[in-house]
Amino acid sequence: MNPADSPPALEPRTVEEVVEAVRSCPQVVPVGGGTKSAATTGVAGFAPLRLGGLAGILEYDPAEYTFTALAGTPLRAVAAELARHGQYLPFDPPFGAAGATLGGTVATGVSGPGRQRYGGVRDFILGLRFVSGLGELVRGGGKVVKNAAGFDLPKLMVGSLGRLGVMVELTFKVFPEPRAYATLRADLPSLDAALIAIGRLNGSPFDLEGLELDPAGTLWLRLGGAAGTFDDRLDQLERHLGASGQRFTGEGEGAFWSGRVPLATDASRDLLVKVPVTLAAIPGLDAALAAAGATRQYGAGAHVAWVGWPRPAEELDRLLQTHGLAGMVLTGPAVQPLLGRVRGEGFRRRIKAALDPAGRFPSF
Amino acid sequence: MSSPSTFLAALARVFPANRLLDSEAGLAPFESDGLTAFSTKPLAVVIPETRDEVIAAVRLCHAHAIPFVARGSGTSLSGGSVPIAGGLVIALNRLNRILRLDPAQRIAVVEPGTINTAVSRAAARHRLYYAPDPSSQQICTIGGNVGFNAGGAHCLKYGMTSNHVLGLTVVLPDGEVVEMGGESLENVGPDLTGLYVGHEGLFGVVLEITLRLLPMPECYRTLLAAYDRVEDAGEAVARVVAAGLLPGAMEIMDRLAIEAAEAAVHCGYPADANAILIVELEGEQRGVAADFERLKELINASGAREVRVARDNDERLLFWKGRKSAFSAVGRLSPDFLVQDGVVPRGKLGVALREIEALSRERGIRVANVFHAGDGNLHPLILYNGREPGALERAEAMAGDILRLCLRLGGSITGEHGVGLEKRTYMTDMFTPVDLEVMHRIHRALDPLELSNRGKMFPDGAAPALHRHGAHPLERAGIISRE
Ligand SMILES: Cc1cc2nc3c(=O)[nH]c(=O)nc-3n(C[C@H](O)[C@H](O)[C@H](O)COP(=O)(O)OP(=O)(O)OC[C@H]3O[C@@H](n4cnc5c(N)ncnc54)[C@H](O)[C@@H]3O)c2cc1C
Repeated sequence: MNPADSPPALEPRTVEEVVEAVRSCPQVVPVGGGTKSAATTGVAGFAPLRLGGLAGILEYDPAEYTFTALAGTPLRAVAAELARHGQYLPFDPPFGAAGATLGGTVATGVSGPGRQRYGGVRDFILGLRFVSGLGELVRGGGKVVKNAAGFDLPKLMVGSLGRLGVMVELTFKVFPEPRAYATLRADLPSLDAALIAIGRLNGSPFDLEGLELDPAGTLWLRLGGAAGTFDDRLDQLERHLGASGQRFTGEGEGAFWSGRVPLATDASRDLLVKVPVTLAAIPGLDAALAAAGATRQYGAGAHVAWVGWPRPAEELDRLLQTHGLAGMVLTGPAVQPLLGRVRGEGFRRRIKAALDPAGRFPSF
Repeated sequence: MSSPSTFLAALARVFPANRLLDSEAGLAPFESDGLTAFSTKPLAVVIPETRDEVIAAVRLCHAHAIPFVARGSGTSLSGGSVPIAGGLVIALNRLNRILRLDPAQRIAVVEPGTINTAVSRAAARHRLYYAPDPSSQQICTIGGNVGFNAGGAHCLKYGMTSNHVLGLTVVLPDGEVVEMGGESLENVGPDLTGLYVGHEGLFGVVLEITLRLLPMPECYRTLLAAYDRVEDAGEAVARVVAAGLLPGAMEIMDRLAIEAAEAAVHCGYPADANAILIVELEGEQRGVAADFERLKELINASGAREVRVARDNDERLLFWKGRKSAFSAVGRLSPDFLVQDGVVPRGKLGVALREIEALSRERGIRVANVFHAGDGNLHPLILYNGREPGALERAEAMAGDILRLCLRLGGSITGEHGVGLEKRTYMTDMFTPVDLEVMHRIHRALDPLELSNRGKMFPDGAAPALHRHGAHPLERAGIISRE
C-alpha cells in the first residue's frame, strides 16, 4: 500500500479523545505497538489510531489477582509490575520485548507457551471498555474474577483485529508465578513419535507449564513449583516419555521460553501466520508446509502452529482450506489477515453490523 | 403472528403426539425452573430427538413468529428457563449423546442435553474429567451450562464453562445453522464461542458442543479450619492468596449453614465454630506436598481455633459433604429461600458479610452464607415463608439490597447463576444505558423478532411471574441441592 493513500495518524491520549477520533473520522484502524502489523497495514484509506499514548495501569491489587490498565499499556510494563508481586499473566503474551501492548494482544488473540496450562488471553480477560463504530463508549464484563452478567463482550473482542471496536481499558485476571521452573528437552526420533508422546502426556497427570514441539520431533517440557521437587519430577517425566533428555534448571532455564514466540521471519518477504491446529491435523499440515518451503513451530501443547510462509498469501489460503484449517497473518507483506476456513462467518457478519454498522473500522 | 392452532398443526407434522405436549397435564412440569417463584404456562412443549427436529422447531417458530425457550433440565436459579406465555418450550433432554471422546486430544463432543457428570463419567476411564462442577451437576445439562456459563467450586484455578467450551454448532433464532470455534484450544478471528457462552438462551439453540477435558489430578490435599469469626476465615483466604498459593477450591460457610449441614448430614464439623474454611490443593504429588506444608503453616497462624487435615479420600469427601449439602440443609430451616449469587472483590468479603448481617438483623430476615471465597462469589441464602403475605417481596427486596451492596463494593450481580428473570432490574445498576443498548443491538442482529427466550436478561422485558411456594420438586426428593 502506498502510504500516501492513508489519512494522517491520530494519537489520542485520553479515552475521550479516542471517542472523539472515532466519531469525527470516517475510517480508522486502531494500532497498538505495531508488532503484529498485518492487522493494520492492509487497509488503505483508514487513518491509524495510535493508542501508545493511552498507557498506564489504573488499578492493581495483588490480593485480588486482577488489574485494570489502559489498552495502550506495553506488556513489558505490565509484566514488570506484576513480577514485583510474584504474579504474571499465565498465557505468556508474546512480542512483549518488541513493544506489544495489552490492546494489541487482545485484538489479535495471541498467547504464548504458558497457554497450555491454564488457558489463553481469552481465559484471562475479565472486562473492558471499548469504543464502538458508532462512537459509543461501552463497558463489558466486570472487574472481579468471576462474573456472569450480560453478554461476554470481553471474549468477543479477543481476535477482533480492530474490526469491531477500539479497546481503551482492559481488566485481567492474573496468577501467582511458580517460584521456580525446570525444563526438559527431549529429542524424539520423528514428528510422529513426538505427537504420540504428546497424546500420552495429555492423558497423564503431569502439570506442564509449557509443552512445545519442533517439526523434527523435539519436545520442550516445562515444570513449575518448588525447586526441591524438580529432580524427582523430571525423572518421572523421562520415564513416562521413555526417553532421556537435556535438563535445564536455575539461571538460563527461561531463555528458551522467553525467546520461543514468535518464529523469527523476514517480515519484508515472509508472512508470519498463526494456525490453530490439533494433534490429528499436524502430520498432514506439516508435510504440506514443508513441501512449500515454510518454516514451522508448534506451541501450546500442539494447539497452535506458527508458520513462516515465503510465498503468496493466496497459496497458503488454499492450503489451509484444503486442510479445513484457518490462519491469521501477524506480520509480513500487506494482506487480509484471515486466511483459510474461518468458522462462523454468518454469525460474525451480524456482530459486525451491530457494533460497526457504518464500516468505520476495516472489514474482516 | 399466525394463529396458535396453525402453528401447532405445523409442529404436529414434525413431532409425533407423544413428543408434542399441549395438554394441561403435559405442560405442568415445564412451567417453572429452579427458581420456583416464577411460573408461566407455555403454548406447547416439543421434545426433539435429533438436531434436525430442533432446527425444524426453531424455523417454524420463526415462520410463525412464536417465541421459544430452549430447556435443559430446568434447574436455572434465576428464572432463565421459565416459559414464555404463548410460546414454545424446546426440551432437549433426549439429545443426550456423547458423540465423540478423544483422549489423546482431550476433547469430548456432546449433544446439548448431555448431563454434566455424564461427561466426566465417560472420560474417567481415560483418567480425564470435565472441570466445571456446578453442584447441580448430576442433573443439569451441558446446554444449560452453556446458556448460563455455569461455574462451581473450582472456578478460580480452572475458570467457568466458557473456559472449557472449544466449539459450538448452533441454530440461530431465524433458523440459520452456524459452527464456531473448533477442536483446537486456539482460534482466529473474534471469539464467537466466547460470546455465545452465557447468552442466557437469547441466541437460539445449541446443537453440539466441543468440550475440553482435563487430566485428573494425581492427588488432592484438603484441610478444614474452624474460626470464631467469619472475618478471620476471610482474612485467612487473603493470606493464602498473598502467599502465592493457587488452591483448586476455597470455600467458607457461616454458623447457620454449618449447623444446618451438621443436622442434615452429620459431617462432624467442629461444634460452635462461627465459620468454617475448606481449602483444597490438587495436582502432582510432589508439587502439592510442598505447597500443602506452606498452606498448613499459614492456616495455623491465621487464628483458627481448630485445623483438620483430611487423612484420606473418605475424610476429604466428608469435608465436602457438609459443604455440598449446605444449601438444601439450610432449606430445612425454612419453607422457602432465595439464593443470591453476587460477587465482591475477595478483599471485601469481610465487609460484605458484616453488611449482610446488619441487613438481616435490621429486617428480621434470617440469612445463611455459603460462598466460593476464592473468587469472592457469595451465596447468601435468604429464608422466608411464602405463605406469609408479603414475605417473598421482603426477601426479594433484601436480595436486591445485597446485589447493590456487591456492586457498591466493585463486584457483580451474578457470578454463575445468570440474570434470567430474577436479576433483570439490577442490570441497570451494573451497566449504563449505552452498554445495554449495544447488547440489545447484538441481540437483535441475531434475533430480529426477539423470539429466543424473549423477556429474559434485559431490564425492559415483560414479566411473567406467579408466585409459588416450596422447594424444587427434585430438591424435595433430595436429588439436588442449591449451591
Ligand atoms: C440445586 C441447584 C444447585 C445449583 N448449583 C449451581 C452451581 O453450583 N453453579 C452454577 O453455576 N449453577 C448452579 N445452579 C444453577 C443451574 O443448575 C445452572 O444454571 C445450570 O447450568 C442449568 O442447567 P439446565 O440444564 O438445568 O438448564 P436450564 O435451566 O434448562 O436452562 C438454563 C438456560 O440455558 C438455556 N438453555 C438450555 N439449554 C440450551 C440449549 N441447548 N441451547 C441454548 N440455550 C439453552 C435456557 O433457555 C436457560 O436460559 C444450581 C441449580 C440448582 C437447582
